[in-house]
Amino acid sequence: MDWTLLLYKTIFLFIIFLITLVVAMYSTYGERKVAAFMQDRIGPNRAGIFGLLQPLADGVKMFMKEEIIPLTANKKLFILGPSIAMSTALLTGVVIPWGGMLNIGGREFSMQITDLNIGILYVFAMVSIGVYGIMIGGWASNNKYALLGAIRAASQMISYELAMGMSIVALVLTTGTLSLHEIVSQQHGMHWNVFYQPLGFLIFMTCAFAETNRAPFDLPECETELIGGYHTEYSSMKLGFYLFAEYINMFISSAVIVTLYFGGFNMPFIDQLGLSPNFVTLLGSLFFFLKIFAFIFLFMWIRWTLPRFRYDQLMNLGWKGLLPLAIFNIMATGVYYYFTELI
Amino acid sequence: MQSLTDRSKIASDKKMSFLEKIYLPAIAKGMAITLKHFFKKKATISYPEQKREFSEVYRGQHVLKRDDIGRERCTACGLCAVACPAEAITMIAAERKPGEENLYREEKYAAVYEINMLRCIFCGDCEEACPKEAIFLTDRIVASQYEREPFIYGKDILLEPLDIEKRIDISKRQTESVLKFKENKRFAHNK
Repeated sequence: MDWTLLLYKTIFLFIIFLITLVVAMYSTYGERKVAAFMQDRIGPNRAGIFGLLQPLADGVKMFMKEEIIPLTANKKLFILGPSIAMSTALLTGVVIPWGGMLNIGGREFSMQITDLNIGILYVFAMVSIGVYGIMIGGWASNNKYALLGAIRAASQMISYELAMGMSIVALVLTTGTLSLHEIVSQQHGMHWNVFYQPLGFLIFMTCAFAETNRAPFDLPECETELIGGYHTEYSSMKLGFYLFAEYINMFISSAVIVTLYFGGFNMPFIDQLGLSPNFVTLLGSLFFFLKIFAFIFLFMWIRWTLPRFRYDQLMNLGWKGLLPLAIFNIMATGVYYYFTELI
Repeated sequence: MQSLTDRSKIASDKKMSFLEKIYLPAIAKGMAITLKHFFKKKATISYPEQKREFSEVYRGQHVLKRDDIGRERCTACGLCAVACPAEAITMIAAERKPGEENLYREEKYAAVYEINMLRCIFCGDCEEACPKEAIFLTDRIVASQYEREPFIYGKDILLEPLDIEKRIDISKRQTESVLKFKENKRFAHNK
């Protein structure tokens, strides 16, 4: 047993866990601020300077709220729902390469918790399990609004997972690997995949919006028709978990988008600066997070710009728009590589 | 048909062009608009620290005026209560006893004078109806309460303090033109 490696991984895992939670926490704050600014308001500014303690106050509020489990609800499943939503959201971060190699005391440590050779598939598996969190929660509530919301969520996520998977297939064709670390390494310099797969990127991003149940695809929780959707019956921190899982998902999917299409922790022109390798790695990680934050901002920006889709429009876009487009993208990529590789 | 504004658009169900169909240009346009608002000056007034500027003739909480030597001007004629469209004003009149001349200006005065602030619509009709220049609306805001009871303001709140320094200034609402208007006997309530 390699104890140093184990220790390093444990500490690193803990750090990533913490960062994920803190980023998700402050995403809620960021969301409110962005929303306010886009509507010519100021947003939360009472708790702490610039309202920076607002997420803490919200958390305390969530914990203090009365915990209500409806009498007619299936108690076990009712508790299982948010747990699944939360844990799958957190599990995805394991395969994301947060940085390059770190040299500690003459040993190389990877800034990735585990480099699975099927990293992308793992991400997909986790995202798919995430549907269960919503589905079980909606079912266990024994409430028709919750059930409708859950059914919508499930069908929406399954529909968009298809197009998402197809857009990834085209990406895998260009990279030739499923390992996320490998994909990032290949994008070294300015060889970001977004330049090679612009269409794939667009499809992937649209699907990411749908997968995270964010506007304009936030049908599962549309307040106007379904009250709260799948979390109508939830209260206290169980509701908090659902809401929080959404923000974690947003963070993770931003990270995945950056990893797959925007060069991950690669920073342009970093090699020319002649810095020490460790510093370069840390700078790369920082740049990675900057890119993630830019995408989180994009998520919010779009949420506060676009109105929600109607359900049939959503299904139309998924099945008749994105899926054929993704398949076309695979074909085009395949044809391109078939001819260029031959010559 | 002539449109009311120059921004109106005529709706049509013509087929969407390719660019419109893929939505992306429209989305970019929308996002440009929201981004523009992101950097715009904010409309918020952070209330307790900042206060919205009121109009000079703002109609807020009422005041029952005293005259120069501190006597209550109200004579409990009831014209304000009659004029009130919300029926927010009630009063009980009493007769001035000898020796109270320094308290009340007229021989009759309001022993109880109550305005229900929840009913009041702050129209200012009471002020207009008053022949004695006794009631005025001011630029003060009626404070919020947790219960309904405290919203019925009695004389203890409405009457202005005796101290000359602490009198409520109503000169903004009682301007020259208003005084002149009140002298015009053509109008019934000025008689």
